[in-house]
Amino acid sequence: MDNRQRPMSPHLFIYRWPMTMTVSILHRITGVMLSLGLIVLVAWLASVAAGAESYARFGGIMDSVIGRIFLVLWTAALFFHLANGVRHLFWDVGLGFEIPQANATGWTVIASTVVLTLAYWLAL
Amino acid sequence: MGLRTPLGRVLGHGAAHAGTEHWWSQRLSAVALLVLGIWFLISLLLLPGFSFDTVHAWLARPWNAVPVMLLAGTMAWHSSLGVQVVIEDYVHQPFIRIVSLILSKFAHVVLAAVALFAVVLIALGNGS
Repeated sequence: MDNRQRPMSPHLFIYRWPMTMTVSILHRITGVMLSLGLIVLVAWLASVAAGAESYARFGGIMDSVIGRIFLVLWTAALFFHLANGVRHLFWDVGLGFEIPQANATGWTVIASTVVLTLAYWLAL
Repeated sequence: MGLRTPLGRVLGHGAAHAGTEHWWSQRLSAVALLVLGIWFLISLLLLPGFSFDTVHAWLARPWNAVPVMLLAGTMAWHSSLGVQVVIEDYVHQPFIRIVSLILSKFAHVVLAAVALFAVVLIALGNGS
């Protein structure tokens, strides 16, 4: 039997990594980031309850370089997970499954994350 | 052996005999977080500043205290469901897996309890 005309897919050397896979794993990574960030959010509430001194100490940590990097990454993770979460909810009701749609909404999620994060910190 | 057909016994169960509840809880908490999260982000933007007095007074108001409590509780719930799936997917050694799952559940309940108790204390005037 002549096999030469048969498709050779998936051919790993010419396989193009789909962007939807990047968005998919980022949803999980940002989710874990937000879970860790929840500890800081709860610490913020606890520091307010503990009084002005502990709140000032918490504010000092958040005002450091590491604290600021954390806050920016946390808001970026939040906007990504929020936007992609909406994308998932649309999938759950059966909308947006076509590959061009999934690619378009994936890029929309990435663009929204960048725009919303920048806009949020400029507005704050 | 009951009188139910094999199909009747497996309907709604799937291979793991569970999962619908987890899936539905994750979606339900996601929708709640969509509303509560956007409210929280906008509220922080509208705060005149982040001084202790401003933040304390804001959290102490019932119309803020209750949504913040709902937000913290729902976040812990949603986070617990998500971390559970991550552990189930990547931790294969049975003992480490079950210990991680238990620790994650406990940690999330502790986080929720601390957050709720903190807001109650603030609303009752603690720290001011």
